[in-house]
Amino acid sequence: MTIPMQYGLLLAAILFCIGLAGVLVRRDVIFMLMSVEVMLNAAGLAFIVGGAARSSADGQVMFIFILAMAAAEVSVGLALIIQLYQKFKTLDADSASQLNG
Amino acid sequence: MSELLWLIVALPFAGSLLLAMAGKHLPRLAAAIIGVGSVALSAIVMLILGLDFLHGNPAGVPIHQTLWQWINVSGFSPGIAFHLDSVSLTFVFVITFVGALIHLYAAPFMWKDEGFARFFSYMNLFVGFMLLLVLADNFLLLYLGWEGVGLCSYLLIGFWYKDPANGYAARKAFTVTRVGDTAMVIGLFILFTTYHTLNIQDILVATPHTWAPGSTIATTTAFLLLGGAIGKSAQVPLQTWLPDAMAAPSPVSALIHAATMVTAGVYLIARTHVLFELAPVVQSAVAVIGAVTLIVAGMAAIYQHDIKKVLAYSTISQIGYMFVALGVGAWSAALFHFMIHAFFKSLLFLGAGSVIAVLHDEHNMYKMGGLWKKMPVVFWTFLVGACALSALPLITAGFYSKDEIIWQAYASDKGSITLWLTGLAGAFITALYTFRMVFLTFFGKAKAEPAYRQGMGMTLPLVVLAFLSFVGGFIQLPDNMGHVTLFSHFIQQVLPATTPTGTAVIAGLPSGHAAEWIAQLIAAIVSIAGLTLAYRLYYNKPFPAAEPVRNPIQQFFFKGWDFDLLYDKVIVQPIVFFSRIDKNDVIDQFYTGLASVAGLFNKGLAATQNGKLRWYAMALAIGAVITLTILLST
Repeated sequence: MTIPMQYGLLLAAILFCIGLAGVLVRRDVIFMLMSVEVMLNAAGLAFIVGGAARSSADGQVMFIFILAMAAAEVSVGLALIIQLYQKFKTLDADSASQLNG
Repeated sequence: MSELLWLIVALPFAGSLLLAMAGKHLPRLAAAIIGVGSVALSAIVMLILGLDFLHGNPAGVPIHQTLWQWINVSGFSPGIAFHLDSVSLTFVFVITFVGALIHLYAAPFMWKDEGFARFFSYMNLFVGFMLLLVLADNFLLLYLGWEGVGLCSYLLIGFWYKDPANGYAARKAFTVTRVGDTAMVIGLFILFTTYHTLNIQDILVATPHTWAPGSTIATTTAFLLLGGAIGKSAQVPLQTWLPDAMAAPSPVSALIHAATMVTAGVYLIARTHVLFELAPVVQSAVAVIGAVTLIVAGMAAIYQHDIKKVLAYSTISQIGYMFVALGVGAWSAALFHFMIHAFFKSLLFLGAGSVIAVLHDEHNMYKMGGLWKKMPVVFWTFLVGACALSALPLITAGFYSKDEIIWQAYASDKGSITLWLTGLAGAFITALYTFRMVFLTFFGKAKAEPAYRQGMGMTLPLVVLAFLSFVGGFIQLPDNMGHVTLFSHFIQQVLPATTPTGTAVIAGLPSGHAAEWIAQLIAAIVSIAGLTLAYRLYYNKPFPAAEPVRNPIQQFFFKGWDFDLLYDKVIVQPIVFFSRIDKNDVIDQFYTGLASVAGLFNKGLAATQNGKLRWYAMALAIGAVITLTILLST
């Protein structure tokens, strides 16, 4: 049985909004990073659904790109978070609001 | 040969550019070679070209050279183009030749100055702009040179910028000449709107056919151009800047404020003589202004104690003579006096500069004295210059040039007995202040010791200029003495000859050669009388070595007839007053408002840069939503 494309896209949109809301309301940097991951996966899901609907492999190729990019982003992000914690002894994103380092 | 014309102008500009770009890194000797060499080369090119012009071109066909087109806007296409005829050749000769001598003198004179390369860069720039002024074939290029020399004058008056007084003098010179320049620009606008061209020769050919003699438009235009000439040539009422301009180093005073730039007004009037002949009112105004100036400045010169100020007022006064000559239509007499005056006045300035330099920057003549034994070369050359300035009869060039003006002030159809008498009075005053200066500086008890002897580089220009002030007069002798007309013949290729009156100015007086003899005799007696009076009053008198005590009348003359005070009360103070009470008028409020609106925007936008990551993310999300909405709804 096939799932209609609309359902897949709707799920992707809901996931994206949940991720966005997480980025906007959370102050903890780790939670924000996780929310960004949710948003990325939502975008990836939309690609796969689109690719499946046109029965081509393009969507899946794009998803692999996104995975690679997300992996790189997480590694950089986590490194930054460690630096942030060493500097401010907290993971509150608002504490790093000044440009004076 | 004539295609070399552009080199005369280009060489000084190239020298100036080179010194401005690399002057700081060049050794002094290299800077001196570039600075002096560029003008000297220019003078050599001028001599070659000038001899060619004199010999190969007896009819005086003007040489014309177009380098390139400057602008081309709907038919208005002034070019970078040069026009060389006998009038411009006379000026080019003085500018390059006397200029080269002054540059040669300036090299040792300025040797110890830290701004050595800067000095020569400005001087070369000046020579370039001055040549542009006299060679331009259109008024736009002439105006470029006109403002360029004004700029260089400003830069060089304020050359020793560490003293605020010099900066003030520079600003004063710039502002006062600007008054005249504004009038001149308006005059050029009138010419352009009438003829749709600024080409000088085209306009001069067209004017007599389009404008009736004495018509309002011709009078207005000539009057406005005269305004420019008055400002540049420091004539009454715009003469106040020149005495202050003596803050410049002496070679600058010799080159700019005696020989060349201040005579640009004479050049302008001679160049546009057709216009002035169409406006008889303005032409007689030229003569009257000249006559008033020569008396005003001469009287002021008598009471100065600063040797350079004497020479400054004397320059104003001698240019007054040139204006008288222009005003009575004695064109070649004016240019002849310009040339001779350039020789002897730059000689006097260089001599005064030598005296000032060896006495440790001492300007006060009452603190000098007895220098004739200690500085023989400077003394004898200075004496030759002084004799030429006071027009001692028969031997000096100044006699032949000034006598011609005084004679034409009487004998020309535009002359009058009043102008003649004024000229004679001026000659008396000239001899008086000149020899007062000589006696105070070089005779009497020595009050200061010269610090050093001068080298060849400084004495050679003095000797050459003294030679020229001596023999320069013999190229043009009056009708009754030899009747040599080399110069006037040369000038009359371009400018008309003076028309004599048919009758004697006053009935009963003789006319013709007899009158000329009598006039010359009177002029000679007058100048010798001035000399004698100076001898009686100032020779070997034990003056205290200080600024002389002056009574109020002498103080009035000393201050240059208090023109500065008058302008301060009538113009400067009211403007300052109004600007003080009118600090917050509508226009100011508009601009203040503009500034505060910009400040508000700044505050609003700065508030968005709060450094909070989640705000930025929110802004991104909102922006994306809005963009999507717009994209999807259309």
